Amino acid sequence: MKNDNTVRFTPKNYVVTAVLLAIVTAALAAAPYWLGRADLRLAGEIMLYISLATLWNLLAGYAGLVSVGQQAYVGLGGYMLFAFTIFIGVPPILAIPIAGVIGALLAIPVAFLVFRLRGAYFAIGTWVIAEVFRLSFAQISALGGGSGTSIPASIVKSMAETRAARESLSYWLAFGLAAFIILFVYLYLRSSKGLALTAIRDNELAASSLGIDIWKTKFFTYVVSAALTSMVGALIFLQKLRISPDAAFSVNDWTAFVIFIVVIGGIGTIEGPIIGAIIFFALRETLADLGTGYLITLGVVAIIIMLKAPNGIWGILRDRFDISFFPLLYRVENQKQDR
Amino acid sequence: MNYILSVSDLSKSFGAVTVADEQNFGVTQGEALGIIGPNGAGKTSLFNLITGTLAPTSGTITYCGESITKQSAALRCKKGIARSFQVPQPFSGMTVFENALVAATQAANLRGQAAYDFCIKVLEQTELLAKANIVAGQLTLLDRKRLELTRALCTKPKLLLLDEIAGGLTESECVSLVDTIKAIHAEGVTIIWIEHVVHALLAVVDRLIVIDFGRIVANGNPQQTMNSDQVREIYLGIDADV
Ligand SMILES: Nc1ncnc2c1ncn2[C@@H]1O[C@H](COP(=O)(O)OP(=O)(O)OP(=O)(O)O)[C@@H](O)[C@H]1O
Ligand SMILES: [Mg+2]
Repeated sequence: MKNDNTVRFTPKNYVVTAVLLAIVTAALAAAPYWLGRADLRLAGEIMLYISLATLWNLLAGYAGLVSVGQQAYVGLGGYMLFAFTIFIGVPPILAIPIAGVIGALLAIPVAFLVFRLRGAYFAIGTWVIAEVFRLSFAQISALGGGSGTSIPASIVKSMAETRAARESLSYWLAFGLAAFIILFVYLYLRSSKGLALTAIRDNELAASSLGIDIWKTKFFTYVVSAALTSMVGALIFLQKLRISPDAAFSVNDWTAFVIFIVVIGGIGTIEGPIIGAIIFFALRETLADLGTGYLITLGVVAIIIMLKAPNGIWGILRDRFDISFFPLLYRVENQKQDR
Repeated sequence: MNYILSVSDLSKSFGAVTVADEQNFGVTQGEALGIIGPNGAGKTSLFNLITGTLAPTSGTITYCGESITKQSAALRCKKGIARSFQVPQPFSGMTVFENALVAATQAANLRGQAAYDFCIKVLEQTELLAKANIVAGQLTLLDRKRLELTRALCTKPKLLLLDEIAGGLTESECVSLVDTIKAIHAEGVTIIWIEHVVHALLAVVDRLIVIDFGRIVANGNPQQTMNSDQVREIYLGIDADV
């Protein structure tokens, strides 16, 4: 029997989207050459939030692990950067992947603990763990205890001589990590493990009856996302140059805003967290003067989106224009019928 | 006897409800076994026990000479036990093709082009190929049942458990389903089929088991079993065409 059907990932009009994606990526990579100092800082911050949102989306949107405790790994990563650079003299750039490895190692026992909990209990469990992390780091007097510590100027200078060079480097690290995380999540979801993860998201009973080890798949996803979140955390505090338990393990900064970003952008899609982060920062920059009014506006926007567009802003755009920057859908095409 | 599957003293109860009561039977390699019984008799529960989505209260399940009683559902599937769900359980956000691909990659361990080709072949066989790109959540109940069969076949099963897949079909659809199942059986797949549409069932199976209140009340030649007193008693006034 001759097979007239082919299976393809990319939609037919993907060339346009791919070119667009390449141009945007190139422009962002060159940002230090065309953005002013304040804007470059902001762009770097957006990159870090895109990273956090992409990772939280992998957990909640794909693995069904609704964690409200990812600040545990942001803070851990930040503290590991400080510990390894200050006490052991590791160069900051090397300390970032080390923070990732430590994040993964700690995530293993944490997973064994919180995976016993389901649904809302899982969410609360992750939060409790993050609080335990915060209280533990507040006890370490070598790292400044409850009031925190700063990175010595000599270590900062070791990264690059001039301030402008440091700021460019800082941006490129954030951009590079965000690009790496998005690419990693994309390739992971396209792999056969990613297919298993998507199946679990849709129906756990069917998934387990079709040979998928649900626990193992979720465990792997949790540990990898903890590792990458720790790396993002290290980078965040390398830019802040100061760390304290309250800032490092802030549920507001590292989880609440991140959830907002993913929800308004579109949960369960790769584009969603990226768009969500841009919208979040646009709102923040225009409404920051409102004080508490700003937070109320965020809340209202989130509620409206959840009610009117459960698939987020990206969901609306995708359905309206039938586009996809990171195509994940398999399409079967019949040569005879389609042409 | 060369059993591919055998259960011994298998029991399961939910509080006061007994869905499996000291069941003993074996299925030989290449056999097609039918299971009938009134609603709530425990037929689907037996499939849940065999596939591992339900743990028995007592008893053992042996598959290919090895006790699988304590093994996970995923592992049993990888070893060749596949089932269709009576109440379809599609991956609703994924397309029909992707549903099939999950089975082919996760259970049958196929990759890339080999997996695609295999899925397309099965979709053709189950008459779902034209709907390959439709999101499973949008399928009609009938197509969801076809998808159940498709996914089960995409695992490359040695033992296929079918749970009421003929209900609601038109006469010609039913004939084509029977042909499909016969073809699968002819390829050497052992089949256990739970079905209320008895004439379709009898066109395929070599043997019939009757379950009532979790007990196996009859086990043997299909025609003789259908005519037995136990079956007449259970079905009295229920299935006039039997
Ligand atoms: N998880 C469960 N908890 C409690 N009771 C259950 C559970 N699963 C099934 N039952 C009960 O066990 C009995 C047998 O159910 P089962 O689904 O096995 O019947 P069945 O023979 O497949 O019936 P049908 O022909 O209607 O599909 C029913 O009374 C059902 O309500
Ligand atoms: Mg049933």
